[in-house]
Order: sequence, then structure tokens, then C-alpha cells
Amino acid sequence: MQGESNEAWGLAHHFDSYDQQREASYLGMWVFLVTEIMFFGGLFTAYIVYRSSQGAAFALGSHELDITLGAINTAVLIGSSLTMALAVWAAQTGRRKAIVGFILATILLGGVFLGIKVVEYSAKFEHHLVPGPNFHWNGPEASGVEMFFNLYFLMTGLHAAHMVIGIGILLVVAVLAWRGAFTPENHNLVEGVGLYWHFVDIVWIFLFPLLYLLGRNIQV
Amino acid sequence: MSEYITSVRTYLFIFLALMVLTVITVAVAFLHLGPLNDIAAMGIAITKACLVILYFMHVRHSSRLTKVVVVAGFLWLLFLIGFTMSDYLTRGLISMQSTIG
Repeated sequence: MQGESNEAWGLAHHFDSYDQQREASYLGMWVFLVTEIMFFGGLFTAYIVYRSSQGAAFALGSHELDITLGAINTAVLIGSSLTMALAVWAAQTGRRKAIVGFILATILLGGVFLGIKVVEYSAKFEHHLVPGPNFHWNGPEASGVEMFFNLYFLMTGLHAAHMVIGIGILLVVAVLAWRGAFTPENHNLVEGVGLYWHFVDIVWIFLFPLLYLLGRNIQV
Repeated sequence: MSEYITSVRTYLFIFLALMVLTVITVAVAFLHLGPLNDIAAMGIAITKACLVILYFMHVRHSSRLTKVVVVAGFLWLLFLIGFTMSDYLTRGLISMQSTIG
């Protein structure tokens, strides 16, 4: 086609139309995300099981987390979801440079999130709150508090791993976008990585209250 | 049937709503509401998740097939949590009955 970049991804031969191709792509991504729901769901269920029997210990553990850093990270991640959504909008409306810009903004915000997470993790190491031989707790409910931190590191660690993978994919998508791979007809990869990124945001939307907020009202 | 394009205005409005809900959930966490603390925190989190799914993830304007897959995913998560907790939360009850019997 005239005026269109050679790099543009067209219609794969096994699809009848761009609509069918797009529908297949989005549906496939959602099926993957359903498996992710179950992946994280197991950890959320473990959290509920332990919290139902050791609520006091979980409240104690929750007080050791930095609520300010947690809240800032929540805002940062919601902001990155906005820039990701705008990257998809830019792809839908054929704004090549805007796609790249919004994806880079998303990567930057994701990096800020992970940076803050590193600060939080290192504080937990310093305070001997990492489960294992160096775990040290002077107060009551030591085993319950250790279980809280087991779940804290597992859940936020798995979440952070997803962020790292997301940033890696976004870097590839940014390069492809710069080369003009995406058109209003076919920008399915941008939407796909967007769905993944928003899913990771949703996981954090639940992790933040469950780990940082619940039990905050109880005096310890 | 071409793709529905969500406006920038809508995205900004959803972003603002998510930020406001984040502030509310932090503020509510410091109030002494008893069991209502958990319900408020989870209610706000579910509301935020729904906003992200419906608007940022475009499910509101997706095909019915996609909607069914999304709902089924969360329904199965509820099964996982529901059946697990129906075991854990009722263990005490059963042992009490057996001592009575």
C-alpha cells in the first residue's frame, strides 16, 4: 500500500479480516490472563487462610510495612496504567511517535515502582524481617508474623517479577512501534501487552490493602 | 464492526477516579470500624479493579465471548476461595458437634 511503512504488520493469511484477527488476539490474551488469575489466586487464597486464623499476627506484620511508600507505589502504578491505555489509544488513532512516548512513560513509571520496591525490600532485610534463619521478631506471635512476611515476599515478589517481564516486553514493543509496525487495523501486540500491564496493576490494587492497610486501625 | 476507541477524556476520568479511591482506602484504613474495615478495603479494591477491567482493558466494549471468559476467570477464583474457606472456617463447628454426639 502506498504511504504505508513496509514494517507495518498486516493481516495474517489465516484470518478473514482485521476484526477477526483482533478478536482472536484479544481473546487469546484474556485466556492467558485467566490462568494468571488462578496463578495469583492460589497465593491470595493462602493469604486468606492464614489471615483467618492469625489475624493478630498479620496486623502486627502489616504495621512493619511503609504505608507511605505503598501508597506512592499504588499511585505510580495507576499512572503507568493510564500511560499504557494512552499508548493503545495512540496506536488506535495511528500516532506512531505518541505510541513510543507513552510506552516509554509506562516503562519509566514501572521502573520507579520497582525502585521503591527495592528500597522497601532492603529495609526489611535490615530489620531482620525476611523469613529464614535471619528472621528476628521481639514481640508476640513470631511464627504468625514470619508467615505474614513469607506471603508478603511471595506475593510482592511474584508481582515484581511480572513487572520486570512487562517492562522487557514493552521495550520490544516500543522498538516495533518506532519502526512503524502498528496501524489502526493491527496494533494487537500493543493492546495485548496493555492487557498484561493492567492485569499486573489490578494485582497490586488488591495487594496494597491486603498487605499494607488491613489491621492498620488496630493499636499494637 | 470496527474497534471501539475509548476517548482520552474517559481514560483521564477513570485515572482520577482510581486516584480518589486510593486516597479514600488509605484514609478509611485508619478509622476504627471493626469488621467494616475489611469490607470497605475490599469493596474499594473491587471497584477499582472493575474500573480498570471495564475501561483500561476495554471489556465494556469487548465481544460477548471475551466477557464470558473474563467473568468465568473471576468466577473460578471465587470457587477456589469459597470452597477452601468453607473447609477452613467450618472445621471448629464439626469437631464441636462430634464431642456433643
